[in-house]
Amino acid sequence: MFRFSNPKKFQELSDNVYPWMNFLAFIFILIGLYYSFFNSPPDYLQGETVRIMYIHVPSAWLSLMIYSSMGICSIISLIWKHTLADIISRSCAPIGASFTLVTLITGSIWGKPTWGTWWVWDARLTSELILLFIYLGHIILSNAFDDFRKGDKNAAILAIVGLINLPIIKWSVDWWNTLHQPASLTKFGAPSIDSVMLFPLIFMALGLTFLFVSILLDRIKGEIYLRKIELFKQEID
Amino acid sequence: MKAKHKRSIFILFIMTFVSVGAYILLTNLRDNLVFFYSPSEILTKIPKADQKIRVGGMVDSNSLERRIIEDSGKKYEEISFTISDNETLLKIKYAGILPDLFREGQGVVAEGFFDLEDKVFNATNVLAKHDENYMPPEIKNLDRKGIEK
Repeated sequence: MFRFSNPKKFQELSDNVYPWMNFLAFIFILIGLYYSFFNSPPDYLQGETVRIMYIHVPSAWLSLMIYSSMGICSIISLIWKHTLADIISRSCAPIGASFTLVTLITGSIWGKPTWGTWWVWDARLTSELILLFIYLGHIILSNAFDDFRKGDKNAAILAIVGLINLPIIKWSVDWWNTLHQPASLTKFGAPSIDSVMLFPLIFMALGLTFLFVSILLDRIKGEIYLRKIELFKQEID
Repeated sequence: MKAKHKRSIFILFIMTFVSVGAYILLTNLRDNLVFFYSPSEILTKIPKADQKIRVGGMVDSNSLERRIIEDSGKKYEEISFTISDNETLLKIKYAGILPDLFREGQGVVAEGFFDLEDKVFNATNVLAKHDENYMPPEIKNLDRKGIEK
């Protein structure tokens, strides 16, 4: 079941995949940025401001997706005690926090000309801000103990508790009246975003996802080395 | 095997506990989590005169009026418009700068106080609400032509 959960096997696979992820991220982001800035029309209402969406929306998707991966890894780590799950979870947190920060900042820059305000305490914005705090809490908690295994365990519990925030972020715009607009892309029904604007959005989303995987693989590699050093130190002591 | 089951139950317990807790919390906070009320809600659950609230709806077409008012030597522009939630209309008065995206037929959220006597909402701040539709201007124009026909 966990064929690649052995860190050594995983590392072999990761080394092969890593350059491809970099390559794909580069190509997709390059095309995505070109279309976002130079080859897509302004919005009928927002004008040029719409281009912020091409970075804001993929970052927001990733902030949720990365947290889901952390949640799943934390469950695996607590039940099956897989070291690799802890390593992935720990490596994900700073990347997820960064994408959450990008989401909040770009959203704020978009909000000023569109809504007329940098920030409001509506359910969507507030829950996304809480996500940032959970990410930061996870980073702090996982490093708060002398024994990294203790940090792993406590951070995993935090990550599982924090999972409850994901459906709240996702459906906040449907459950409550919010200033933030509801989703333009839904599973059912045609997207309410025109196809010429959907194209750069999809490219940016894929590009940033590849970038995430690439950074993640790099961080995992470093984390494995750090643990080896830590275990070696403990043996000497 | 037994320890593994114990841990699974522990996680299941945390998740149920947190979900139930969050559910209770969110249903109780329901009114506070709402960023704005609709005109119908304002007129049924009348807020106190000194209570700052937000009301949101679509700006009625051809309802925007601008008047220059002189008050103790100072001139300022009073803006008034009507918003609706397809059931109830509510008149909003505002003196200030409207956001760029303020349009008739688009959503707005106004922050301020409800005047029960005049049934007018005195806004201290107006925010534009953007909907989930994104399209280039040409397509919007095509849409309009389609509707006119």
